[in-house]
Amino acid sequence: MNAEHGKAVRMPPVAASAPPASAPPMPTPPPASPMPAAEELGSAATRRRTGAVGAAVALMQRDLRVALRRPGDTLQPLGFFIVVTTLFPLALQPEVSLLRDIAPAALWVAALLASLLALDLLFREDAQDGTLEQLALCGQPLTGLLLAKTAVHWLLTGLPLVVVAPLAAAALGSPAAAIPGILAALLLGTVTLSLIGAVGAGLTMGMKRNGSLLALLVLPLAVPVLIFGARATQQAIGAEPLAAPLYLLGAMAVLAVTLAPWAVAAAVRIGLE
Amino acid sequence: MSELRGQDLHLWRGEQHVLRGVCFELAAGQCLQVTGPNGAGKTTLLRAVCGLVPLESGRVLWQGRDVTVDPAAFHAQLDYLGHDNGLKADLSATENLRCSVRLRRSVTPQQVASALALTGVPDTGSAQLRYLSAGQRRRVALARLLLTGAALWILDEPGSNLDPRGQELLAGLLSQHLSGGGAAIVATHQPLGLPVAQLLPLALE
Repeated sequence: MNAEHGKAVRMPPVAASAPPASAPPMPTPPPASPMPAAEELGSAATRRRTGAVGAAVALMQRDLRVALRRPGDTLQPLGFFIVVTTLFPLALQPEVSLLRDIAPAALWVAALLASLLALDLLFREDAQDGTLEQLALCGQPLTGLLLAKTAVHWLLTGLPLVVVAPLAAAALGSPAAAIPGILAALLLGTVTLSLIGAVGAGLTMGMKRNGSLLALLVLPLAVPVLIFGARATQQAIGAEPLAAPLYLLGAMAVLAVTLAPWAVAAAVRIGLE
Repeated sequence: MSELRGQDLHLWRGEQHVLRGVCFELAAGQCLQVTGPNGAGKTTLLRAVCGLVPLESGRVLWQGRDVTVDPAAFHAQLDYLGHDNGLKADLSATENLRCSVRLRRSVTPQQVASALALTGVPDTGSAQLRYLSAGQRRRVALARLLLTGAALWILDEPGSNLDPRGQELLAGLLSQHLSGGGAAIVATHQPLGLPVAQLLPLALE
């Protein structure tokens, strides 16, 4: 029926059906011949529906582009992570053994708080400017679109942390051999943190000052990630086998990827009412 | 054949019974103009028809099928323009249109450019939307309606912020949409300039 409608759109001669509209005082360059214009906008032949994946890609591109336009907001979590992890060695006695002891805690607390920092903006602005309504009404699965949004959030907050983590770990005195283990733990942990955070952000997006409530909702859920992430980091620094905590982090990431998008979509639907 | 039909729609907002048995029937090529005093539930009705707000009771039928059965198929056929334009202030008009239309269908830069020309948005290049006036942003949102080519337009005060020429443009687009077999629900008090045969009034109290 879409095609039928498209065909129909091609026919209407604006001038004939709507005399007031195309009367002389039209704005800027209203085309002299409306027929080709309707054709240019996409006729039935050229109109191709976007699949769910195409829509998700378009949405990710838009969110990344928006993030690039405001580097201040985008880089804030990364800056926070770097500042916290590098201030610890400055504030503590410069003993490598002491630094190594606190490294797991410092890395993971900083990562957790950094991921909370940007959550506030994840859905709030989209809810305010109406783009979230457009997502809910574009005929694509909202779950997938919100998963795409969360993926962008992870790309902008989680992934940069993983990238600078070797530096932070080195500042905290961890041996080079521990770096791969730390990176693997952070990679899995930040994915889970972003997804858990998205649920909280969806639930609180309609509220004016949602920062503290968001933290209250998200932090308890994030505690297992913190525990096993810090444990894996500790094992990596101590050159002990760290498969067990990594498996658990992986299981949590898989669980979050599977369940969180539905919870996010349900939360956002409620928020839009 | 009726395209869109609302059967006995009821909706409560807290203690308030906002929609009290609203009924309407809309054929292809017709426009339902929703009027009513502030707070009468115009926006609520529009959002309920879209499915953004769940109804307490009653059904919305699109081409004879209950829209709650397959909301995605219904949403693919409708385009909603609410109080907010649904555009990102950080992106340019072109980027906004390209992204939001690609959520639904493929679009070429030429199509975006001609839609912007048709709605009278000056070529602002890469200027972010935040530097455009409210009326110009509204026109960009109207260009989106043209590009998505949805069969059902649901417009909430579409003429807000538009100058008189913008109102004429809106009337022209609406008329073109209807004569092309589309349908529309418009919540506005401004005259839409449509022939009587195309216009169905619905007054909420």
